[in-house]
Amino acid sequence: MNRKEKFAEVVLTVVGLTSVAVLALIIFFIFREGAPFFAEVGLGSFIGGTKWSPGKGQFGVLPMIAGSFFVTLGALVIGVPLGLGCALYLSEFAPKRTAAILKPLIEILAGIPSVVFGFIGLTVIVPLIRDRLGGPGFSVLASALVLGIMILPTMVSISYDALRAVPQVYREGMLAVGANRWQAVTSVVLPAARSGILAAGILSMGRAVGETMAVIMVAGNATIIPGSVLDPVRTLTSNIALEMGYAAGLHRQALFATGVVLFVIIGALNIVARSFVRNRVR
Amino acid sequence: MAPSSGTDGAYGPGALKRPKRSPGRFGMALVQGCAVLTVAVLVFIIGYVMVKGARVMTPGFLLGSPEKMGREGGIFPSIVGTVSLTLASVIIAAPLGIGTAVFLTEYTQEGLFSRIVRFGTESLAGIPSIIFGLFGFLFFVIRLGMGWSILSGSLTLAAMMLPTIVRTSEEALRSVPDVYKETAYALGASRWQTVASVVLPTAMPGIVTGVILAMGRAVGETAAVIFTAGSSLRLPKSIFDPVRTLPVHFYILAREGISIENAYGTAAVLLSAVLLVDFAAYYILHRISKKRPVARR
Repeated sequence: MNRKEKFAEVVLTVVGLTSVAVLALIIFFIFREGAPFFAEVGLGSFIGGTKWSPGKGQFGVLPMIAGSFFVTLGALVIGVPLGLGCALYLSEFAPKRTAAILKPLIEILAGIPSVVFGFIGLTVIVPLIRDRLGGPGFSVLASALVLGIMILPTMVSISYDALRAVPQVYREGMLAVGANRWQAVTSVVLPAARSGILAAGILSMGRAVGETMAVIMVAGNATIIPGSVLDPVRTLTSNIALEMGYAAGLHRQALFATGVVLFVIIGALNIVARSFVRNRVR
Repeated sequence: MAPSSGTDGAYGPGALKRPKRSPGRFGMALVQGCAVLTVAVLVFIIGYVMVKGARVMTPGFLLGSPEKMGREGGIFPSIVGTVSLTLASVIIAAPLGIGTAVFLTEYTQEGLFSRIVRFGTESLAGIPSIIFGLFGFLFFVIRLGMGWSILSGSLTLAAMMLPTIVRTSEEALRSVPDVYKETAYALGASRWQTVASVVLPTAMPGIVTGVILAMGRAVGETAAVIFTAGSSLRLPKSIFDPVRTLPVHFYILAREGISIENAYGTAAVLLSAVLLVDFAAYYILHRISKKRPVARR
């Protein structure tokens, strides 16, 4: 092997390791900055604490964990059925030409910046909720609606791929024994694509948990555990973004510790999702 | 689907148990409704922002400097900032991403090493942008002393784009027919020669599409940029200067209620840029799929 060949191979191997290196750096820096906080304040009073007021030295992140949980749950309730419905239509029922137009359109939704979603939420959804349902408008419901729309592209494209991966023979077999298309889809295609659809749901969940700017603009950001869907909430991501600009000392460490919590949640979701995707491929 | 005909109850088990009346109707209408609703939401978002913003989008707004924190004046520095930040991040991420994809497809077999690389890339894709922002702030801004700058911001964005570029490039590289490579090898070309002169040029349109799509996402990114590129309203003179990108400017205008009017204008500019980039990507993709219907397997 000549030197040029060897050189190319070495360079490409090093380049191939970039993403692993970046991942390692991210984990190292976030955990290193957050770890001293856990040592000082204690994991229990951080995760379990219900009061967040950095001025008084109170760092309880439970309201934000609850906030992220409720908002994400709401987003899934809205986005998953809608996204799955879309994917089903595109993959099973839509005429080829219609699907060819609709699919890129839905992918465009993925390209719209999150601040634009937040802004629409702020100027359209929040006033609507305030006028029709009461409360401040900035709420779990507003966040769930915005996030529910934002996860649609992920939900649609991954479930679409899962549905397309079901062999055509399955559908033909059902039609041959006298089922109509809808029966074929619900009794054979959907169960066969189950794990891929589950992965789509989990990855959408990851997106919803991780979304920041759109949620800040519509959630109201109060550090309380919401009592109803019309109450304001603050998510883990918003907590970091809102206070990072001026935080110092222990307060800043607390925000990085929030980042650690977020990171662990997202990591767990991704590992679960990946195991589902892998099962499907095999 | 045609409604079930009258023969159902004529003979056989159907005579005892009539099947439910065409359940497909309702279900199909439902999923079709989902698709219509989704597209309606998309059209509404784009229409709403464009209609409200169009009035503000004048040459004076596009080319003017902001005054009074953006309450008046234009957004020229933010346009320059967004373009330079995005281009810089593409320049950093594209070679790394394409290189990774070439490594995965041409230089390694599926094994432990390639699985580690894949794990790294996939994990990176799942990390929320705010975490990238925190990391960029700690590492580039503070640790490496780059401060809030185009450089810090673009390095952070590059890390975020990497998974998208790797994935789309890998797909493009894998769609190059084996015959092309076999022919090159048969002519005595080495591995690198084959990659550089046959595989990469063939896959290039697909790779470019992926890079452009990643660019579209970078243009609109806010959370990762606000902590790494800063929020200065001045026109940047070098890559070591801080900038306030369009999404960050828009976010600050809207959230602090500085000027909803100008926020609409900024949003319209931002959205136009993103849509333009997306359409460019789809156009290229469409052209290759038309040009090479047989080559793709």
